[in-house]
Amino acid sequence: MTLALTVAVLTAGGMYLLLQREMLRVILGFVLLGHAANLIIISAGGADRRGMPFGTPDDPGSVADPLPQAFVLTAIVIAFSITIVMLVLSATGSQTDDTTDDDPEPDFTEIERRVDAERLAGAAVSGQPTHEGHQEAHA
Amino acid sequence: MMGALLPLLVAGPLLAAGVLAMFGRRPAAHAIIMFVVLIASTGSGVALIANFGDGGALAHGVGGWAFGIAIPFAADMFSALMLTVTGLLAVTCTAFAVASGRANSRYFAPLILVLVAGVNGALLTADLFNLFVFIEVMLLPSYGLFVLATQGRAPLRQVSGTRLYVTLNLLTSTIFLAGVGLVYGAAGSVNLAELAGLASTDSTVAIAAAVCIFALGIKASVVPVHGWLARAYPATSPAITALFSGLHTKVAIYAIYRLYAVLFDGDARWLWIGVVVCCATMIIGVLGAVGEPTMRSILAFHMVSQIGYILLGVALFTQAGLTAGIFYLLHHMIVKASLFLSTGAVEVAYGSGTVGNLSGIAKREPWIAAAFFVAALSLAGLPPFSGFVAKLTLILAALEAGQIAAVVVMLLVSLVTLLSMLKIWGGVFWGRSDAGEGSQRADPAPDPAPQPSADGVRAATTRTTTDAVPRRRIGFALAAPAVLLAAVTCGLGIGAELLLDLSDVAARGLLDTSAYVEAVVNA
Repeated sequence: MTLALTVAVLTAGGMYLLLQREMLRVILGFVLLGHAANLIIISAGGADRRGMPFGTPDDPGSVADPLPQAFVLTAIVIAFSITIVMLVLSATGSQTDDTTDDDPEPDFTEIERRVDAERLAGAAVSGQPTHEGHQEAHA
Repeated sequence: MMGALLPLLVAGPLLAAGVLAMFGRRPAAHAIIMFVVLIASTGSGVALIANFGDGGALAHGVGGWAFGIAIPFAADMFSALMLTVTGLLAVTCTAFAVASGRANSRYFAPLILVLVAGVNGALLTADLFNLFVFIEVMLLPSYGLFVLATQGRAPLRQVSGTRLYVTLNLLTSTIFLAGVGLVYGAAGSVNLAELAGLASTDSTVAIAAAVCIFALGIKASVVPVHGWLARAYPATSPAITALFSGLHTKVAIYAIYRLYAVLFDGDARWLWIGVVVCCATMIIGVLGAVGEPTMRSILAFHMVSQIGYILLGVALFTQAGLTAGIFYLLHHMIVKASLFLSTGAVEVAYGSGTVGNLSGIAKREPWIAAAFFVAALSLAGLPPFSGFVAKLTLILAALEAGQIAAVVVMLLVSLVTLLSMLKIWGGVFWGRSDAGEGSQRADPAPDPAPQPSADGVRAATTRTTTDAVPRRRIGFALAAPAVLLAAVTCGLGIGAELLLDLSDVAARGLLDTSAYVEAVVNA
C-alpha cells in the first residue's frame, strides 16, 4: 500500500511539473515520473510477500525478486543520461528556458543565406540592378 | 545454429560505432565503415527473408541460458522484411546526409550505427523489457542526430523542436516502462513466448499490455496522440527527418503488430477500438496536412494519416488485412523516405522548404521532380505504383471484414492526399523557373549538362555569375537516394506479386504465432 501511494503522489507531482512551460520544471517532473515507474516495477516483483535477499534462505520464493531490480537499474541509467541531454537543452537557446511556440518564419538555413549573399554579389558584378536581389532576400 | 548469428545484427553496428568513435576525425574511413556495416545489415535481412520463404522462425537465447532466463532474440518473415527495408532506408538517408554536407561531424557515423543497432534490436528482441531498452538505444543517438543537424548556432525553432522531441519520447518511454512493470506484476514474465496469448485470457494482463500498446501508439503518432510529430520532425535537417520517418514510428508500428499478435492472440473483442482510432487518424492527419506551410510539415502530417492505413491492417486482424497492412507498411516507409529526400534535396540546394517561395523546380531539376511525382502518386494510391496495390488490398480486406465505413474513409482520404501532393507540386515544382533566381529569364530551359560537382551544396555556392541558363543545383549524389527509392516503389507496384507473397507469409506468422513462440522456447 505504501508503494502504491508513493507511486500515486510521485505521478501526480510529476504530471503537474510536466505541464509547466519552463524546461527545468519539465525535467524535474520527469525525474519524479521516472521514480514512479521504477517503484511500479519494484512492486511488480511482489515486494509485499518477499523479504530481503540476505542469508541463505531455504525457499527462493521468500527472498526479493532480482529481475525487477535489474530492470530498475537499467531504467535508472537510461533516465539519468536523458536527464542530462534535457538539461543541456534547457540551457541552450534564448535567455529563458521557456518553450516558445513555433517560429512562423520559413526555414532560412545557413545555405540559403550564403546563396543569397552570393546572388547579391553576382548581380553587382554582372551589373544587374541589385534591388531584385534584395527583394529575393526578403521574400 | 543460424539463430546464434541474430545478436550480431545488434553487436556489429554497436562495435563499429565504438571503434569509429575512437578513430578520430577521418571522414573517408568513417563513411566506408559505416556504409559497409549498413549494407551488411540490409544484406542479412535479405538472407533472413530467403530463409523464411515458407514461414517458420529463428531464435537464440543469448548466453545459452535456459528458456525463461536467457534474453531471447527471434526473427520471422515480418522482422526480416522490416530489417531489410529499415536497412535500405538507413543506407539511402545516410548517403543523402553525406551528399548534403550534414555528415561532417566525427560523431555522425557512430550515432547512425548506434541508431541502427537499436532498430535491429527492437525488431529482433522477443522480450518486453529489452524492447524498451532497444527503443532507448535507438532514441539516444537520435537526440544527438537531431542536434547535429545544424552547424553553428541553432535557430530557436530547432531548439524547441528538439525539446519537444526529447520530452515526448521520454514521457512515452516512461509510460512504456510502467506498462512493462505492470505486465511483469500481472504475468510474472516479460518473455514474449511465456506471455503468448495471456492477454486474451487474463484481463489483468490485458490491461497491462494495453498500457504498453498505448505508449507505442504515442510513438507511432496515432490520433489523438499525434500532435508532436508534425511539430518535431520538420525542425531538423531533411536527411534526419527522412531517416526518423522511416525508422522510429515504423518500429513502434512493428511492435504494435507483434504485441497484439502474440500477447492478445488477435483478440477480436478490442478490434473495433483499432478501427475507430485508425479512421480518425486517417482523417485528421490528412486534414492537418492541408493547412501546413512547408513541404516537410505537409509530409509529416501526411505520415499521421498513412499510419492510420497501416494500423488498420492489425485492427482487421484477418489474413488479408494483415497481409495488406504489412505490404502498406513497407511501401509507406520507402515512399515517404523518397518524398522527404526529394523535397529535402530541393530544400538543401535552394535553401527554402516553404511552399510558394520556389517555383519551376520541375524544369530545372527533372530527375528530382520525377522522383517526387512518382512517389506522390504512389502515396495517393494511383496505379501502377506500389501505393495502388497497398490501398487496393487493404480496401478489399476491409470489405471482406465488413468495415464499410473504413472503406469510405480510405477512399475519401486518398482524394485529399492527392490534393495536398498537388499543392506541393504546384507550389514548388510547377510554374516558371525564374522565381528563386535573381534575374528574369525569357527562356527558362533547363541546362542540358548537369553540374560536374557531386556535392549539391557546393554546386550552389560555386555557381558562376554568368546566369545565361539556369543551372541545376542538385547534383547526382543528392538526387540519387530519392530517385532510387522512387524506382523501388515503381518496381514494387509492377512486381507487387513478390512482396505480396512475402507479406502473406509474414501475416500467417502473426495469425498463428506458434512457430515464433516455439522457436523462442527451444532457443
